[in-house]
Amino acid sequence: MTRKNLVLLLVLLAVACVLPFLVTDYRTFQFTLVLIYAIALLGLNILTGYNGQISLGHGAFYAIGAYAAAILMDKFGVPYWLTIPAAGAVCLVAGFLFGLPALRLEGLYLALATFALGVTVPQLLKYHHVEQWTGGVQGIVIAKPEAPFGLPLSADQWLYYFTLAITVVMFLFGWNLLRGRVGRALVAIRDHHIAAEAMGINNALYKSLAFGVSAMYTGIAGALGAIAVQFVAPDSFNVFLSIVFLVGIVVGGLASISGAIYGALFIQFIPNFADEISKAAPWAIFGVLMIGFVYLMPTGVAGAIRMLRARWAARQTVSMKVKLKEETP
Amino acid sequence: MEALLHQVLAGLATGGIYASLALALVMIYQATHLVNFAQGEMAMFCTYIAWSLVNAGVPYWGAFFLTVGIAFVLGVAIERIIIRPVQNGPVLGIVVVFIGLLVILYSIAGWIYTYTIKTFPSPFPSEALFGIRYMSPHQVGAIGVTLVVLVLLYAFFRFTPLGLAMRAAAQNPVSARLVGIRVGWMLALGWGLASAIGAIAGMMVAPIVYLDPGMMGGVLLYAFAAALLGGIENPWGAVAGGFIVGVAENVLGAFVIGNELKLAVALVLIIGVLLVKPSGIFGRVHVVRV
Repeated sequence: MTRKNLVLLLVLLAVACVLPFLVTDYRTFQFTLVLIYAIALLGLNILTGYNGQISLGHGAFYAIGAYAAAILMDKFGVPYWLTIPAAGAVCLVAGFLFGLPALRLEGLYLALATFALGVTVPQLLKYHHVEQWTGGVQGIVIAKPEAPFGLPLSADQWLYYFTLAITVVMFLFGWNLLRGRVGRALVAIRDHHIAAEAMGINNALYKSLAFGVSAMYTGIAGALGAIAVQFVAPDSFNVFLSIVFLVGIVVGGLASISGAIYGALFIQFIPNFADEISKAAPWAIFGVLMIGFVYLMPTGVAGAIRMLRARWAARQTVSMKVKLKEETP
Repeated sequence: MEALLHQVLAGLATGGIYASLALALVMIYQATHLVNFAQGEMAMFCTYIAWSLVNAGVPYWGAFFLTVGIAFVLGVAIERIIIRPVQNGPVLGIVVVFIGLLVILYSIAGWIYTYTIKTFPSPFPSEALFGIRYMSPHQVGAIGVTLVVLVLLYAFFRFTPLGLAMRAAAQNPVSARLVGIRVGWMLALGWGLASAIGAIAGMMVAPIVYLDPGMMGGVLLYAFAAALLGGIENPWGAVAGGFIVGVAENVLGAFVIGNELKLAVALVLIIGVLLVKPSGIFGRVHVVRV
């Protein structure tokens, strides 16, 4: 990471820290959701962007994380901050287990199998034999945590900082994972799995691990989402949630860490504006943008920004060279 | 015993609908090796068009054939305008385009026709047909329509020059092009036919599940399961798979696992087939040289 990038990142973090004092509680809640989506999108990006395994069913892992947190809080009285690692662990195992059969599937077939997963999970949550835990169609209502240690923060503000801290940790972890040996292996498998195997990468292990880690991210986001919304119900995790995540990584930028944040901002705020036109408008806009991005900007917003910066940097060096030439007689 | 028979027959009726949609999926897969995620939503949208026509006073069968025609044009247009530019691109791009299409059709249907559930008329008389006690007349009719579609398709592909050209284009595009077949247009025709078959399936299923923008979600999943079970490259397999999935879904739902877990049958089938026998029951195994 260059020094310029580091400064930029710190400024961004400082802005994120003062944000709750500048806007209303409702806006703070919305930005909390942005952070939560960013974690989920980073998870999906690890799997789909970096490892090339298409998932149309990540809403299922989000649902599992949310339900794990809600059930632990509601039935077992576990404190909210402990449910986050628990939900992450549950989803890590669930994702790894789903990743094992998914090893045999590629491209379209994997998309199909995950699509089926995304469609089925809400129905499984309504199943009457598990109703005593999941609350059936009604779902579970949970309480919003108050700020601890007598901090002078509203519940929304406290939750925002709590989420921000987890987001920073998750992004640091993701950044570290992806720039090193593991990340290189994932990209190698995506680009040419046979060549990767020949270089000594254990394809099966890395691919199912990618599935597990990706599900863990999404599950942690789901747990945070359940706490923020204070409510879980099967129908809020239908297949369209999975599609929203896909929209997020396509718009934000595939195989890009910063893309997760652009994507999260997009899927949180665009529907708000579009809702004023019509109830159906957000989805029409999502659909048109999905196709538009594949045609015109396959690298997403993150790719476009990268390109603009590169162009700007190139222009700088050119003008500097010209200047040097003028100065030396 | 009587209850079982009843469920099996009801399963055959819905199985016929799954078979039609599975057939539409297989047609597109054969021609382009793509799985069309928007197939269900395309069918749903066409069914709404049929509903508007019927409500505007067009007699049922007139609306039926008009809708099939519109669906054909819609399918060709989608292939030409939306799918063609990305056809040879990376898989992820194609999947995203399909999902985008699904979402657009879903929201346009919701926008125009609202999300309230509508009833859709059945063309068949309300008293029992041919004295069959165990099935409603609509179920008998739906099976009949499916079979007619199958026979027509078979005749089209087997006995007409255009059908032969389409088969050639799907099987070996390069050689087909060398003998003067316009492969691109054959693919577009395949899309048109698939869309028309989907529309028929939509109009047959709408009186049972009622008309709303999300009505094809579950049906599409069963159709996927049916196509995979029969072998995604084999039209006859897809039809057989459709009937098997329909019966299995109904019998298991009624006697074993309960109606709530019906969709899980599709998930288990899809993953099970992909794991145990990815080429399906009637499919061929592909060997790829690397």
